[in-house]
Amino acid sequence: MSMTLSHVCHTYSQGSAFEHLALNDINLEIREGEFIALVGHTGCGKSTLVQHLNGLLKPTSGTISLDGEDIHGEKTDRRALRQKVGLVFQYPEYQLFEETVEKDISFGPKNLGLDSREIDRRVRQAMEDVHLDYEKYANRSPFDLSGGQMRRVAIAGILAMEPKVLVLDEPTAGLDPRGRDRILTMVKHLHEDRGTTIIMVSHSMDDIATLATRIIVMSEGKVCLDGTPREVFAQREKMDEIGLGIPEAARLCQALRAKGLDLPDDLFTPEELHGAILRLWKEKGGC
Amino acid sequence: MSDDNRILAEDVTYAYEEADKNAVNHLSLEIREGEFVAVLGHNGSGKSTFAKLLNALYLPSSGRVLVYGMDTADDEQLWNIRQKAGMIFQNPDNQIVATVVREDVAFGLENLGVEHDEMVRRIDEALESVHMTKYAEKEPHMLSGGQKQRIAIAGVLAMEPSCLIADEATAMLDPKGRKKVLDTVRRLNKEKGITVVWITHYMEEVTEADRVVVVSDGETAMIGTPREVFSKVEKMRELHLDVPRMTALAQDLREDGLPLRDDILTVEEMAEEVARLLCP
Repeated sequence: MSMTLSHVCHTYSQGSAFEHLALNDINLEIREGEFIALVGHTGCGKSTLVQHLNGLLKPTSGTISLDGEDIHGEKTDRRALRQKVGLVFQYPEYQLFEETVEKDISFGPKNLGLDSREIDRRVRQAMEDVHLDYEKYANRSPFDLSGGQMRRVAIAGILAMEPKVLVLDEPTAGLDPRGRDRILTMVKHLHEDRGTTIIMVSHSMDDIATLATRIIVMSEGKVCLDGTPREVFAQREKMDEIGLGIPEAARLCQALRAKGLDLPDDLFTPEELHGAILRLWKEKGGC
Repeated sequence: MSDDNRILAEDVTYAYEEADKNAVNHLSLEIREGEFVAVLGHNGSGKSTFAKLLNALYLPSSGRVLVYGMDTADDEQLWNIRQKAGMIFQNPDNQIVATVVREDVAFGLENLGVEHDEMVRRIDEALESVHMTKYAEKEPHMLSGGQKQRIAIAGVLAMEPSCLIADEATAMLDPKGRKKVLDTVRRLNKEKGITVVWITHYMEEVTEADRVVVVSDGETAMIGTPREVFSKVEKMRELHLDVPRMTALAQDLREDGLPLRDDILTVEEMAEEVARLLCP
């Protein structure tokens, strides 16, 4: 499952006084099995972009294709597209509406016309994936749960559709450290063990440094950097200029090099720094 | 009003109806005038409940809260307490009441019956303090989340409070908005001497506080300067809270035998320490 965006532009309120070019000639190839972090400031167009990936928004010009097929083509089954590409909005817990957790998660699969055994299997699997105990929570009202739990119920509703591509728009916004770690661990597991292609919007360079296989940086409706975390974080000046910065470990690496320490110039995770500093310490005869 | 200029929580307990345990459990704390006190805790730790006890939104089930000498249980003092200790909340969209920024800032003053000229002066000053003067005539819904929070702060400032209580005021903002709001509050603390109680679960927002109070299960789990609190890496992790990344890295390296300081907070301090050990 691969996606290709070709010369995608999107203009909001075209022809009115509020006309705004949100996406400006986006060209991207999203390959199966990638974990893409999409970063950039509020207003850079990243939320607009993710809403294009499952056809919620239509490009003003340009095309988006899934496995070679134009997603806005006449013959395209839009419902099948939304099943393949699952989109988790910001604050998805605001969209919960059913009486019980089980009903809320099964809403999508039911609409797919699946039989009740398959629906039940999917609900149980989705709840397991988001670490919510079925026996304990299935019959609870989603509105009696904590914020972090509600968010996991909302994500489970998307997972129950068994999407090949999972798009998450700032899934950890507003959560405390424990809630954040739970969501990130879950996404990591879906990527590594299930092979789900992940596209995640994030503001934390430190979080994505250890998770993403690729980082796409957007600014003013355009893609301005696209590469592995190592490649992107090596562009410190550009990242500072955009105002996103680089992970703390990458900053430490550069600060130590500036002080004359013999370190590679492209380390960006605490683990890498830990290893490199330890090696220097041992070379120096420390114990 | 007495000349006591502290906020005092004395053995305060608060239980929600039908809850099987206390949300705040025998908590005592003294907040001195001009202090920037950060209250850190995970969701459900009781930190927001505690905040609401500080300006009489909730009343203690037992114990008492004194705001500048006024007991929050004393009905007569309610508006004096709220004027002394203003509060801002998490969701920027839930705090805007008017259709024009300047009117939103005026809302509290109108309720106090402040004279027109005095009101204009206070609104202008409050907007100036949060660097939002040029938005005075704008519609609030056209502003970003961070700008809306600064308008909410201006609304509190117009009441000329001695203390600002912020309950996760940055949780719904992007990094730029968070920084602006926090910078604004820090400046008000430094320049105007306004006491700040900053409630958050973001560790990086508290590293410059005068004191950090870590709340867990409704009780004070730790209290001290940011350096003292974060140096207890294990304890913080037990409480499901973050420690600064550099503090954690230094701790891991210390376990491998490197004699690094245990109270490192920033990249700069870490670079300094490592260079001291390793540079020729």
